[in-house]
Amino acid sequence: MVEQSARTTEQPLPLPRSDLLHLLERMLLIRRFEEKTMEMLALNRIRGYCHWNIGEEASVVGSVAAMGQGDRLVTSYRDHGFAIARGTPAGAVMAELFGKEGGCAGGRGGSMHMVDVPRGFFGGYGIVGGHLPLATGLALAADYLGEDRAVVCAFGDGATNIGAFHESLNLSKLWNLPVVWLLTNNQYGMGTSVRRASAESELYKRACAYNMHAEQVDGMDVLSVYEATHRLLLRARKQHEPALLETLTYRYPGHSYADPGRSYRTKEEIDRWKQRDPIRLFQHYLEEYTSLEQSEFDAIEKHVDQIIEEAVSFAEESPFPSPDSLFQHLYAEESKS
Amino acid sequence: MTEGTYRQALQQALREELTRDERVFLMGEEIGVFGGSYKITDGLVHEFGEKRVRDTPISEEGFVGAGIGAAMGGLRPVVEVMTINFILIAMDQIINNAAKIRYMLGGSVGVPMVIRSPGGAGVGLTAQHSQSLEVWFAGTPGLIVVAPSTPADAKGLLKASIRNDDPVLFYEHLMLYNEKGHVPEGDYVVPIGKADVKHPGSDLTIVTHSYMTQRCLRVAGQLEREHGISAEIIDLRSLRPLDFETIATSVKKTNHVLCVEEGWVSYGVGAEIAARIGDECFDWLDAPVKRIGGAEVPMPYSKPLENAAMPSAERILEAAIKARRGTR
Ligand SMILES: Cc1ncc(C[n+]2csc(CCOP(=O)(O)OP(=O)(O)O)c2C)c(N)n1
Ligand SMILES: [Mg+2]
Repeated sequence: MVEQSARTTEQPLPLPRSDLLHLLERMLLIRRFEEKTMEMLALNRIRGYCHWNIGEEASVVGSVAAMGQGDRLVTSYRDHGFAIARGTPAGAVMAELFGKEGGCAGGRGGSMHMVDVPRGFFGGYGIVGGHLPLATGLALAADYLGEDRAVVCAFGDGATNIGAFHESLNLSKLWNLPVVWLLTNNQYGMGTSVRRASAESELYKRACAYNMHAEQVDGMDVLSVYEATHRLLLRARKQHEPALLETLTYRYPGHSYADPGRSYRTKEEIDRWKQRDPIRLFQHYLEEYTSLEQSEFDAIEKHVDQIIEEAVSFAEESPFPSPDSLFQHLYAEESKS
Repeated sequence: MTEGTYRQALQQALREELTRDERVFLMGEEIGVFGGSYKITDGLVHEFGEKRVRDTPISEEGFVGAGIGAAMGGLRPVVEVMTINFILIAMDQIINNAAKIRYMLGGSVGVPMVIRSPGGAGVGLTAQHSQSLEVWFAGTPGLIVVAPSTPADAKGLLKASIRNDDPVLFYEHLMLYNEKGHVPEGDYVVPIGKADVKHPGSDLTIVTHSYMTQRCLRVAGQLEREHGISAEIIDLRSLRPLDFETIATSVKKTNHVLCVEEGWVSYGVGAEIAARIGDECFDWLDAPVKRIGGAEVPMPYSKPLENAAMPSAERILEAAIKARRGTR
């Protein structure tokens, strides 16, 4: 019931070369986007929290790329990368961070509450574990309506200690709902390591208690994450079987802007994880198995830089919402007008 | 130290109480190794050890409930909930257990615990991280709710709360942590259930609490200088029990009232005060009691919207003038 899957590089290419390059581009885009938000924070363009996906790009891109068009996604507040991976224009994400009208939530949500319902992204949420029941419900709706779609619900290692995690896993298995619980284990919830927070620190094993299939994959390897998510989503859609997928990864920066991320972890540990950087790992894989040239990589990088530049200009130029619109969207009637 | 911040005052009270009573212990997320999300408990784990300063997983219902049980078992837990927004997960424990146990069990056992938690908005943390929920607790019999606005009150009320034999919701405020002021040395205790006149005045009573007290104090100067209105600022300090006597004494003198809170006005602290004034001080009023608070929306992120949603100094000033003149 519980197994560990690992990708071996001897396998044939799991995707056409162009798709593989797209994965690389998305990961680079997220990395550069997040780095740009750090700059924009320093310039006071962005306020409040900023939880970055840096270090977790393979986990984010691999899982989202495996989603079908009709599948749905809900995430925690660490959501910039998920929106970008799902295809939300980087400009709409940056404009949201700027609090502008052109943001994906019209500037109402900010960093923690990205959303793109047309693309199946039903939002990022700020209360740890609070969105897991929503994923259960989204899967219930799909099941009820006989729709051929599954739900991906992304959350952190820390969230596995909140009651909603356990209730959601149980409900989804009890009712055979099409949901993949994507546990992004970046080793820490704020300053607390998994070991200091969880009596069973092999987190995927918790699915046992709910008779649910679970897997643990290398979250620094985008293809491992892709393959596992793809398979589990297929299973969810076809056999109505939920599953827990744990990706082992690491966040390079602190928890959010206020945390330098150093008081509770050593430089050695951070460096050790950085040696398996998801972007460089994948670049090497592509060089070895698809003859990726440095010039191709440079071109991708250049394209990414251009997207970021355009995203910032879009965000700069987008207007702030008018204070007159304060009550808009509070209830359905208002949002229609 | 006689001058210090609200943060330092809280830490001083915690240190002194941990030293005074072995049964006092701290529990919460990131309060030990990490030093506290807002650094209130910074260093305490090194002074008192992990038995007395206990890090918890992200399990609010579990550890708040465990605090209640520990209090029933003879300890004096001081539980930190990182912000008031996350306390909602522990609501069942607080409302159904902590608030009711002594009464429901016929007085056989009490819950001498403190739950410390900050609320507040204004720095772009959006809807789920910007709430003022203290009034939810203030409406619950069996709980005590205090909300200090100065370093001195923070210290004195925290010590009083820890020594109290009933469950106390100790409401802090993110914008107050760096507030500077006098911090009385040694065993300084502020009695629970006593409001404080933070600024005397004769024309208008402003009833407020927590961070809004500081904002109202700034507005009071401007009211006096620019509009010739002498405002008396009453800092409730305790929401439950409520010190209505101090309010009534002031209303008798000023005959005009404005209630200011950061949270939503409907069913809020001001609603309670206005009703009590209508009931008990009707004959002394020269104008309707006015209320002001946060706009009734989930807090938006975007700065111009957030500004529009907050009870800013300008909006308080405007409301104060109307309250004095009796205009709408
Ligand atoms: C219920 C609740 N408690 C506390 C917090 C404060 N908080 C925000 S993120 C976080 C850590 C979460 O860690 P994890 O689930 O591992 O996700 P990560 O941030 O590592 O992606 C905490 C404690 C919160 N938002 N919600
Ligand atoms: Mg984590």
